[in-house]
Amino acid sequence: MASYLLRRLIQSALILLGVAFITFFLLYILPADPVRQIAGRSASAQTVENIRRELGLDQPFVVQFLRYLWGLLHGDFGRSYLQKTQVAELIASRLPATLLLMAAGIACELALGITMGIVAALTKGRFADQVLMMTSFVTVSAPQFVVSLILLYIFAVQLSWFPVGGYGTFRHLVLPAVTLGILGSGWYARMMRSSMIEVLATDFIRTARAKGLTRSRVILRHALPNAILPVIAMIGIDIGVFMGGVVVVESVFAWPGIGQLAWQAIQRIDIPIIMAVTLVSAVAIVLGNLLADLITPFIDPRIKIR
Amino acid sequence: MTAISPISGATPAPDLSVLTVQNLTVSVTTEMGAKPLVRDLSFTLKRGEVLAIAGESGSGKSITALAIMGLLPPNVAITDGGVRLGEIAISKLPEHQMRALRGDRIAMIFQEPMTSLNPVMTIGAQLVEAIRAHTVTSRAQARLRALEALRAVRLSQPERRLDQFAHELSGGMRQRVMIAMALALRPQVLIADEPTTALDVTVQREVLDLLRDLQRDLGTAIILITHDMGVVAEMADRVIVMQNGAMVEQAATRTLFAQPQAPYTQALLSAVPRMGSPARPAPDGAIVADLTDVSVRFAMRGGVLGRVSHQVHAVEQVSLQIRKGETFALVGESGCGKSTIAKAIVGLVPHSGRITIGERALSDLDSAGRKDLRRQVQMVFQDPMAALDPRMRVGDLVSEPLLIHGIGDAALRRAKAAELFTRVGLSADQIDRYPHEFSGGQRQRICIARALALNPQLVIADESVSALDVSVQARVLDLLRALQREFGVAYLFISHDMAVVENIADRVAVMYLGQIVETGTRAQVFTNPQHPYTQRLIAAVPIPDPTHIRPPVARLSGDVPSPVHPLGQGPLKLHLTDIGQGHLVAR
Repeated sequence: MASYLLRRLIQSALILLGVAFITFFLLYILPADPVRQIAGRSASAQTVENIRRELGLDQPFVVQFLRYLWGLLHGDFGRSYLQKTQVAELIASRLPATLLLMAAGIACELALGITMGIVAALTKGRFADQVLMMTSFVTVSAPQFVVSLILLYIFAVQLSWFPVGGYGTFRHLVLPAVTLGILGSGWYARMMRSSMIEVLATDFIRTARAKGLTRSRVILRHALPNAILPVIAMIGIDIGVFMGGVVVVESVFAWPGIGQLAWQAIQRIDIPIIMAVTLVSAVAIVLGNLLADLITPFIDPRIKIR
Repeated sequence: MTAISPISGATPAPDLSVLTVQNLTVSVTTEMGAKPLVRDLSFTLKRGEVLAIAGESGSGKSITALAIMGLLPPNVAITDGGVRLGEIAISKLPEHQMRALRGDRIAMIFQEPMTSLNPVMTIGAQLVEAIRAHTVTSRAQARLRALEALRAVRLSQPERRLDQFAHELSGGMRQRVMIAMALALRPQVLIADEPTTALDVTVQREVLDLLRDLQRDLGTAIILITHDMGVVAEMADRVIVMQNGAMVEQAATRTLFAQPQAPYTQALLSAVPRMGSPARPAPDGAIVADLTDVSVRFAMRGGVLGRVSHQVHAVEQVSLQIRKGETFALVGESGCGKSTIAKAIVGLVPHSGRITIGERALSDLDSAGRKDLRRQVQMVFQDPMAALDPRMRVGDLVSEPLLIHGIGDAALRRAKAAELFTRVGLSADQIDRYPHEFSGGQRQRICIARALALNPQLVIADESVSALDVSVQARVLDLLRALQREFGVAYLFISHDMAVVENIADRVAVMYLGQIVETGTRAQVFTNPQHPYTQRLIAAVPIPDPTHIRPPVARLSGDVPSPVHPLGQGPLKLHLTDIGQGHLVAR
């Protein structure tokens, strides 16, 4: 177990290094100039050069990247170009909001998706199945901002059940979390449905029925734990896609998380913030995968961690 | 305790029927309307009786079992007649009432012990759940009953098994758990659907003995569904023979074997491979394949760096020669390494030692040479459906080896495919069809045609007839023999079925834990088996003769030792000694 964790952590560090390199490189070759963004259109060539030297952006790529890495190793994410504050502080102040939204969003997405998948599998080929699969298809293909705006319009503007945006109370959380949940539920519904149908056709389900167990026990105790295994593996992988949704939803609902921060930073090419948000997301994805792999053996005894 | 009499001693008291099946018709709903799977089937099961339902695939025997249990698939239903359990018309019961009987008064065990237990629940939890579904007991009490049930099926270390998962148990142990689960609540009727088909022959022996002992002690009436007439002869009091969903004959077991009435029963019985076929002179041609000290080991990794810590010694220093025109059989139980040898010969697994095909050693060749060598060695696998690409026409499948080796043009390849089709007993105008349009036996003929397309010197038949019904099996074996006479091809025939091997082989090697324990001509190995393992294998085969008295054999105990050894260590090498005329036995 310890050696497994050690191996996985070494792998994770290498993955993060790769992510840092690729992101840094892409930002470097980007034709837009961050210094122009800082200095403004009317700044003189001399001012621009001064700022460039000040930020170290006149150095070759390798030097810039190694400097950045050196800072990272000392816990220094750099300073935001525009807000002039420490990026670490910005992230720290915004991360709790995002983590809260992610947790709530993933909970909604799993609750919706798994329930829809189970119901669809049990009514395979019948009306309820077709309606649910149609719904899941719509949620998978609908753009994030459209779903956000529709929910916002109905439940915040028209019905006034929830606030239009902002952060602070449970009521603020509901709409963004549900939006994320609906958006992600389609994948899980489809996956859960096919996994459940497969498990329901297995020999051990027939054995469970031959024992005279009730239908609910056959489904909940025998089918569900087996059917949910691929879904758990999916959660870890899905966090990356989920982060994309978080950026959009945070912007629409004025949720003060790192997604909103990223959105603003990308518009202004605020490289230190973009780097930090990317790395934080990458850490979330890597940890999510590790967590999924660590949970699986508790559900499936055939899988052993070595 | 040893089982001696193959027939249950106690004659059941007359007219004490526990289960009555009356004019049962079961149909499947298809796009073209209802199609009957079981037609107008009537029989009664008496208390304490073993009734065998025998038949080949598609005879409706398994559907009958599921219909009795009320476990038919969604699109299949009882369309006429019914089933009574004592006084209760169970086929008319609503699901919640039937559920109360299922597992309590009528239980079932299935063919596939490997997949019939839930992989994520402990054995104990699954037993406790079965007990608590029908009786009001505390969890602790149910656990005690579960333990008792595991003891009754003679499972070793029953306390430990309760907390183990299915994957930690062997196939035979899992089937014991299934039996324990089915019999824990002392049902009146047990339906056993091919309970030993998926098991090795020595394990089958143990499970059959166990079922018979339990049946005698508990007085449970058993419906035994099987395709194996040997199992029927040893277990059943009465037999129903089914074909295409209908009963063709019903008789006491001795009567049925002595005087089969229906032509189908006669054909079925004559197709059953039996031990004791007449001796043939062994061919003495040139050596086609020569294996010297061949070992195959698989690495098992562990630790932070994933270093090799253990090795699976799948095949350990095996030497054998296969001659032109002969059938060399490798027999042994699952995991003994017989299929791994086949894979090593065709180069699918890396090996150490020396494999020579014809004149050339496998290890001396580059990739072009190995490709060329593959023309000389072809394989026929166990499952013909899985071995044929469902999206290719069968003619293209048969001629594909020619295409791969760049032989001939399209017209010639097509002509060759047509010719091969007629050689294996199919019609040349079928070559534009797809695999799903053929029956299992026909598909295996297609696989054989494909194997012969390159005129190989050696064809490896890995369990090639194991999945076929006996009547089909007999015809495919005849075909293999005819093709051997015609082409002079050598077969490496890999099988777990001693009776089939005894019928087709010229020479035999018995494998155990990756090594050969005995080898010689068929007559030497079968009429004068010397190694205890060979003797055990032969003794375990069910004999399709109800009058046969099984000699007492010591009950086997313990598990097969593991072929996994730490790096640098290995199994003890067995030394074969010649006890006369090439009959080699490990000492």
